[in-house]
Amino acid sequence: MHEVRFSGFGGQGIVRCALITGKALSMYDDKFATMTQSFGPEARGGACSSQLVVSESRVLYPYVTLPGVLIALSQDSYNTYEPKLRDGGVLIYEADLVTPKEDDGRVQIYPAPVTRFAEELGNRLFANLVTLGCFSAITKIVTPEAMKKALPGLVPDRFLEVNRKAFDKGYAYGLESLEKKPLVTGDAQ
Amino acid sequence: MSIEVNIDKFRADSPMTDFLRMERMPHIWCPGCGIGTVVNSFAEAVKKSGMDMDKLAVISGIGCTGRVAGYVNFDSIHTTHGRAIPVATGLKLANPDMKVVVVSGDGDLTGIGGNHFIHAARRNMDIMVICVNNFTYGMTGGQLTPTTPQTANASTTPYGNYEYPFSLPFLADACGATYVARWTSLHARNITKSIREALNHKGFSFIEVIAPCTTLYQRRNRLGDGLDALEYYKEEAGVEKDVDTREVGIDFQGDIAMGRFVKQDKPTYEEAVNERYANVLGDDYQLYGMSKPEREEKAKREAEDRAKMQALMDDEEAQMMAEDMGVDEEGL
Amino acid sequence: MRKTAADPKGVLEGSHFLDGDHAIAEGALAAGCRFFAGYPITPSTETAERFAERCPGVGGMFIQMEDEIASIAALVGGAWGGQKVMTVTSGPGLSLMMENLGLAVMTETPMVIADVQRAGPSTGLPTLPAQQDMMQIRWGSHGDYRIIALCPDSPQECFDLTVEAFNLSETYRVPVFIMTDETVGHMHEKVVIPPAEDIEVVERNYYEGPKADYRPYKFTGKDVAPMVKAGDGYRFHLTGLTHDERGYPHLTVEQNEKVVTHLIEKIDSNADKIIQLDESEMDGAEVVVVSYGITSRIVSRAVQLAREEGIKTGSMRLITIWPFAEKRIEELAGKVKAIVVPEINYGQMVREVERSAAGRCKVVSVPHCGGAVHDPEVILDAIKEASK
Repeated sequence: MHEVRFSGFGGQGIVRCALITGKALSMYDDKFATMTQSFGPEARGGACSSQLVVSESRVLYPYVTLPGVLIALSQDSYNTYEPKLRDGGVLIYEADLVTPKEDDGRVQIYPAPVTRFAEELGNRLFANLVTLGCFSAITKIVTPEAMKKALPGLVPDRFLEVNRKAFDKGYAYGLESLEKKPLVTGDAQ
Repeated sequence: MSIEVNIDKFRADSPMTDFLRMERMPHIWCPGCGIGTVVNSFAEAVKKSGMDMDKLAVISGIGCTGRVAGYVNFDSIHTTHGRAIPVATGLKLANPDMKVVVVSGDGDLTGIGGNHFIHAARRNMDIMVICVNNFTYGMTGGQLTPTTPQTANASTTPYGNYEYPFSLPFLADACGATYVARWTSLHARNITKSIREALNHKGFSFIEVIAPCTTLYQRRNRLGDGLDALEYYKEEAGVEKDVDTREVGIDFQGDIAMGRFVKQDKPTYEEAVNERYANVLGDDYQLYGMSKPEREEKAKREAEDRAKMQALMDDEEAQMMAEDMGVDEEGL
Repeated sequence: MRKTAADPKGVLEGSHFLDGDHAIAEGALAAGCRFFAGYPITPSTETAERFAERCPGVGGMFIQMEDEIASIAALVGGAWGGQKVMTVTSGPGLSLMMENLGLAVMTETPMVIADVQRAGPSTGLPTLPAQQDMMQIRWGSHGDYRIIALCPDSPQECFDLTVEAFNLSETYRVPVFIMTDETVGHMHEKVVIPPAEDIEVVERNYYEGPKADYRPYKFTGKDVAPMVKAGDGYRFHLTGLTHDERGYPHLTVEQNEKVVTHLIEKIDSNADKIIQLDESEMDGAEVVVVSYGITSRIVSRAVQLAREEGIKTGSMRLITIWPFAEKRIEELAGKVKAIVVPEINYGQMVREVERSAAGRCKVVSVPHCGGAVHDPEVILDAIKEASK
């Protein structure tokens, strides 16, 4: 079972990240996935998060309790959620927007300049897909094929192609990162 | 004095047999009450319109006027207090072939049901609302309503009313009603004509009928009986043409401006829905399975029917004028 | 009752990643609902939004009313206009609906009301889950009556049970509630919508016979009279007053007894047919956890932990909340040491369990305030304590 938290600030497509991943897993990777998110006025601006519980069998408890994977796209969300990441867990963070504390080896960190990559593709709005590419490559929780299949309906048709490119960009970057720093699987997974 | 009434004979012989649920007669209304006049006028209007009576539904709220739905021989619902309009809205939208008429009182429609009233008018929902306004809650014993004139005595304003009342034609007009008229229960023929017009109107139509509550409002304010009320209407009610609805408020025992204040053509809620959906979805939009050509055909047929009916009403009026049958010259 | 396959037009066949609120709208469309009147309220609004988006394409009508009072009132009109109807709401809106819930009950008008529960009282915690309206739907409208209520624990069940709710409401001419909550309402999971031919739909039972003989009611306490729809020439009359078989007011104590007994008995006498339970490992159980909705999923984990610790623990999930499974609880109470009832309220359905158990076993309430689900450990502790 995996518990994954996506976090950032409102407008970064945090909820979309979990929706795409959840759909990919449950419809194309033959897994069970339950997605929850923070709602209401609190969810607009500030730290915003969405969560996924992924399992080989039906998910019972729908909320994440001690996530093994954290994606943090803003300083706020890093500050809020990093302490709740499981020891040995995987942290993927926005390299240009988050200044992490000194690496004490408690978790495995992977910086990724996802906003910069997205801007190179024409719009920072694609940052979430770059993020998902990294996430898929580094954690292997979800296959890239399933992720791409999940896109239609969840991103506007006219941006489908560029979103796929954004995903590929992130995926390639994720693989490079892994080569430099192989993932130690264990409790986190 | 006792009057012998053969109720079975009355039921069998009444000209109202087709329109009323005769098995439910006698009704509960007091002698001198104005509601019966409105029901008679309504039946007369339906009869004259020649419409398919199976396609008419009458919905009422609670109160004395709220009992109308139970006496008329149409599909009818006696709802909860103030909720006749949303029930009518649901029935109309679920079954757009129906002509839906709400008959209820001033307290029901504009007190507890005020929110529904203003929104149905705003949407130009294709229903007719007849409000029998007797300035009081009759069934519960003569309390203040939103239309009670200042200084009038009600059981909950025993020292005289100090609240500002609603002027219902102004309220309806301001909210977007596309047909607004007011009469008194003395003016039965005008009510009939107005109801016929409203039956033939597409959109939210509102008819206010000022009527006496002899048992409570009249008595509590020492205004005499039903006949005295009609005398008052005769003296103080007059037809006003081209009057601004802002000017038709009613003071205690003051002038009553009557007439058809508003009549305008504007797409109804359903028409607006159809147009918007059809614009966006084209032929994929088929409300209850009706295709665009079918909808257009239906709209055309209805428009023709309305035009025919209007012509008939115009002819009748001209004939009556010619024969000097006593319709108010300034009539509708 | 005429059962047919669903109209393919309303069935979005296939696998989807949906939240519970959206799944309810799909369930309604699959069941043949073509009229929705509602008022926005967190956390239920997504159902209205989905219906508004989908209905023009399937030939349905959506209207956003001025409030929840009007919404449920419009359903009464809509149902007798000839459509299958629904609305959705949450606590504050549910309170407003109580008035015309009574009208629907009294006029025996079929409709489906989804209540996506949030924490109260009053405005409470609008964006967080609770199970605090369980008694309100049962008792909230004045007078004696019965309704049916179903409680989904997942988006998939939101779809399945909404179809079932429409079928029950047509069968018994009664308002049927879908009692879900913010968590299930907003949780996304895979929802499989079967092909239309595999979805069983109960069509409205319309009267066919001489017009003069039509009676909108029969007070048998077993079944209900067929309906008609406006415009078909039956000149029906409905009233919230105590009425006779014609629907005319009949204001006597005797008639009131006849009507109210019927309203109660038509549900109670069919309770065995209506009630659905999901039981696991009940044989030889010392402790049984009775739960419903989202809490059942938390319970699954607690029960797993308890079994690992060697406590013989059974689990009963109430899919049908009302009518309450009193016979089954009574039967269980004679066999087990204790029944544990966790719920996201300060003890509502546990009162029904206590009433049914009638002292034959321990009944342990595990209350939780609104706004969050239980910690499974808390339920585990209660199971352990109860097993002693």
